[in-house]
Parts: sequence; C-alpha cells; structure tokens
Amino acid sequence: MNKKVLMKGTDALGEAAIRAGCTCYFGYPITPQNEVPEYMSRRMQEVGGVFLQGESEIASINMVLGAAASGMRAMTSSSSPGISLKQEGLSFLAALELPAVIVNINRGGPGLGNIAPSQGDYYQATRGGGHGDYRMPVYAPAYVQELYDITMKSFDVADLYRTPVMILGDGMMGQIVEPISMHERPEVEIPPKDYVLDGAENRPSRIIKSLILDPAEMEEHNWKLKRKYELMAHELPQWEEFMAEDAKLTIIAYGTAARIAKGAVKRARSDGLKVGLLRPITLWPFPEEAIRSLAKKTKLFLVFEMSTGQMLDDVRLAIEGRVPCEFYGRPGGVVPIPQEIARIIERYWLQKEL
Amino acid sequence: MKTVYTRPKTLKPVSNHYCPGCGHSIIHRLVCELVDEMDMRGRIICIPPAGCAVLAYNYFDFDVCESAHGRGCAIATGFKRAQPDRIIFTYQGDGDMAAIGTAETLHAANRGEKITSIFVNNAVYGMTGGQMAPTTLIGQKTTTSPYGRRTEVEGYPLKITELIATLPGAAYVARTSLANPVKIRETKKAIKKAFEVQISGAGYSLVEVLSPCPTNWNMSPREAFVYLEEIMEKEYPLGVMKDNTAKKDK
Repeated sequence: MNKKVLMKGTDALGEAAIRAGCTCYFGYPITPQNEVPEYMSRRMQEVGGVFLQGESEIASINMVLGAAASGMRAMTSSSSPGISLKQEGLSFLAALELPAVIVNINRGGPGLGNIAPSQGDYYQATRGGGHGDYRMPVYAPAYVQELYDITMKSFDVADLYRTPVMILGDGMMGQIVEPISMHERPEVEIPPKDYVLDGAENRPSRIIKSLILDPAEMEEHNWKLKRKYELMAHELPQWEEFMAEDAKLTIIAYGTAARIAKGAVKRARSDGLKVGLLRPITLWPFPEEAIRSLAKKTKLFLVFEMSTGQMLDDVRLAIEGRVPCEFYGRPGGVVPIPQEIARIIERYWLQKEL
Repeated sequence: MKTVYTRPKTLKPVSNHYCPGCGHSIIHRLVCELVDEMDMRGRIICIPPAGCAVLAYNYFDFDVCESAHGRGCAIATGFKRAQPDRIIFTYQGDGDMAAIGTAETLHAANRGEKITSIFVNNAVYGMTGGQMAPTTLIGQKTTTSPYGRRTEVEGYPLKITELIATLPGAAYVARTSLANPVKIRETKKAIKKAFEVQISGAGYSLVEVLSPCPTNWNMSPREAFVYLEEIMEKEYPLGVMKDNTAKKDK
C-alpha cells in the first residue's frame, strides 16, 4: 500500500486534491502551473468530478466560490499574475467564510516577469492580497511528499475553519520529481456544512452575503473573523528545524530556498561550522514562537529568500531585536546553488566572529 | 369571497428599499410568483448582483448567494456544475451584466450553461447614483455623461442581449418591458419560459427586462414609464430573439 512512486510535483498536487475529496476544479492556463489543470482535466473525468477551464482567473475563482457555497471541495490554481486577478475572489471567500484551496506557483515578477522560480509573492500571500481585514492560511511545501500531504491537509483546514487556504510553491516545486508514498486521506471530523445553498427544501431559506451596511454589525463580523484568525494562529503554525539545536548561525528559508539552504547547512557543518536551518511551512500563521525560542540559543539569523526580502519582516517581528538578523536574496527567478549560500554563511561566520 | 390577488409565499412580507416607480419590485414579484407556481423554492438558488438588487436576499424567501460586481454568471456556473439538478439564476443590472461582467456573461452563455439570467436594463448605474451605463442611450444625461452620451466619446449603447442571441449555447433569449400591465405579463411569461428552458437542459436562457429608474432619470414615476415605452423601447426592441426549443417543437 505504502510503496513509493515517482511523482512530479504538479501531479502529486492534483492527485492529493482528488484523494482529499476535491470534486470541483476551475482554472485558467498560465505558466508555470499548466500541468495542474492538465492533470485535473484528465483525472476529474475519471472520478466523475467537475473540471472547467474558465475564461479568466477571475471567472475561475468565482466558479470556485459557487462550488464552495454548494458544499463541494473546490480548488483553483494559477501563477503570480493570475493570482493577482483572483484577489477579489479571495477577499469574498474570506468574507463569506467559504472553504477553498488556491494554489500559486509563484513566478518571477513584478508585471509579467518570467516563469522561473521566485518567492516575490510572499507579501501578497501573507498580507491578504485582496481588500479588507482578513487573513488566510498559506502553506509553503518544499518536497513533493510534503506537497502531497499539505494539499490533503489544506482541504481539511479550509473546511475546519471555513476559510480559503493558499498553497504557495514555484516552478521548481511543480516540476521536481521525487519518490512519494501516496497516503490515504486522514480521518478528520469536519463540522456539518449548515451554510450550503442547495435549495430551501423543508428548511428556512439561507443567505450567503458579505454586504453589511451597518458599521457596528460589520465591526462585529470583523471581530468574529479576527477570533478565528487567532485560533488559526494558535493551532496551525508548522515548521521544520534542521540541525538547529546547537546552531550559532540559523538560516531561515522556506520552499525552494529552504532546499538550497539545507544543502548549504550540510556543507557548513562538514567544515565544522555550527549552522542550522528553520524552515517555516506555514507562512501565515508564521511560526514566530519557534523562531523566538531559537533566538535564545543562536547568535545570528540569516534570512535567505528568492526575493529582495519579504519574509524578513516577519522574522524581524518574531525575534524582536534580540539577535542580529542578516539577509541574502536572489530575486527575479535566479536560483542559486548551495555553494553560493555556503559562501555567504562563511562570510558572516568570519565577520561576526561566531 | 374569492382571493384574486395575494403576496407570493416566497416574497417576504417586508417593505422594500426600492424607490417609488422602480421596476425591481415588480420583477421581484414576478420571480416570486413563478417560484411559487412552478414549485421551485426547494431547488432554486439566486445570484443577485452588486447594484440596487444586491439586497434581493431581504425579499426572496429562497436561497441567495451574493456576488462580486459582474461575477454572477461565473458563480452561477460553479453552483450549476456542482449541483446540476438545481435551478440557478442570476439577477443582474446593466453595469453588472454588460460592463464589468461581460466576459463572465458571454462565456457562460457560450458554454451553454444551464442557468438563467434576468437582466434588468434601466440604462444607468442606479445604486451608485446614476452614472453612465453601457446601455445608456445616445444623448442621455447621467452624472458621468453630463453633456449627454456622445458616441465619439462614450461609444454606443451595448446590446448584449442581441450579442448573446448569436451564440449557439444560448437556447432562449428575449427582451421585455415593464411599460404597462400587458408587457409586465409578457415579462412574466418570458421569465417562466427561461426557467423551463433551463429545466429542460437546452442551454443558457436570458430575459432582458427594460425597467424604469425615475430617481436617476430625474423623472416622476409616471414620466419614467412613458420614457420607457416611447424612448427606450425604440433603442431596445422587444421580442423573443431566440428560442431553440420552439424549433424542436415544430
């Protein structure tokens, strides 16, 4: 049952979604995520689900909204410029408290940018992106197995908290082929979907709406959402620590950047430098407690991102100035090799006399 | 005593927010009469627009899902694909349907989505205070076309209903008016037909209803109904533009 199979990231994502009970997929072509709608168009037919290529990303996210309000597990995927177009829909999903899974295969930007792996959408993903006072869980898997597991989990999180959930990857995560074991869907108790619109047969009619004209009522709705976000912030943070226990220099990196950083950590360790890695798996809620407790042990944090520095803000907020924090970034779709990061580590090690 | 006139069961017994002489309350009533007569309450879902009718959920006693401006037909598509046996309809204004939502509308029609759109055309953006709409008439003054709509600046009234009638996925397309009681009865007949077409699975159905907006036309309700019949109906001719099911009957 648990024998390993070789799988490409995008296929693992699609298969996990289907095995998690996703019955409705809506999307629009954009590189580098086209393998997701292609996979779903084939598999949804086989399992009797719904696949529909929308006329735009805007249409696709709204089709997701309709399917979610119908009680289905629904998802869409896109890449950076397309995710910008979905922001209106994300704000509505958050306001209406409808569950959905949104995948962003982040590419180089801003503008059309390029299709190379990048982490320039961190702010957009973690700061809401759309309008209004809302938050959204964001997962950043780094391995195909993790992508598979997190995709399944995302649907549960979406249902449990009635929220849109984002999976943030890049072209590297999508294209990489790794052996994975295809676990069955974990048993999670989902609360009854008493919000679903399916015709008011023998029950009072239901309304799904976000228009709340009375400011006092709107404030109450905002506080209700806030309480939910606090619960998520308490229950959802997820991260990986690698050789972090005795590290004097701790790298903080996520997704593809974390894979590269891990290689650099191994190199530094083989040279006798006590270097470790903390890899946030949830970008929101950010694992700030984990970072704060490492701040008691480590002498220097080094944030590495494939951007000009966005997660850096969250790290600095988490460590509250207790430990110095440096940054190294390669934006625009450049993917450095571990040696490059190892050199940066070495430089700081000598400079700071660690 | 025989009851000849009563409030539809699915029209909530509350007073509405529409202006005196507005057409929305008439169309709401027609829809609710049909939901009752066709026994659809248990399987119908309405997607109202962003616009004056966003508050339709205050009046309709059946399931209603709000939409972002213009996205009605995409949301309706999501509902219908997820629940093919339910009756899904969008209720949209001219800005919602024919400006910001043009892509969603045309593509839903072109896919032959088995949904119904009730398109209320009053030639202005009502809720936001009477700005120019895609359907504003040439020469018509609005708050954003204070000199009257000029074709060389603002282009022409968009006849999205005629456009949709050319699409193979659209099975029933009609334009009606609220100008007098006879035309109101015609409107009800057209909406009924549109629901029947959806239930039959023939494809997309659309009824455009020409409707007065006295407030933003700066007219009395009485003047507005005259304007509707004498001016607006000239630009937007009434009638059934397409009925695929009629061909089959023959």
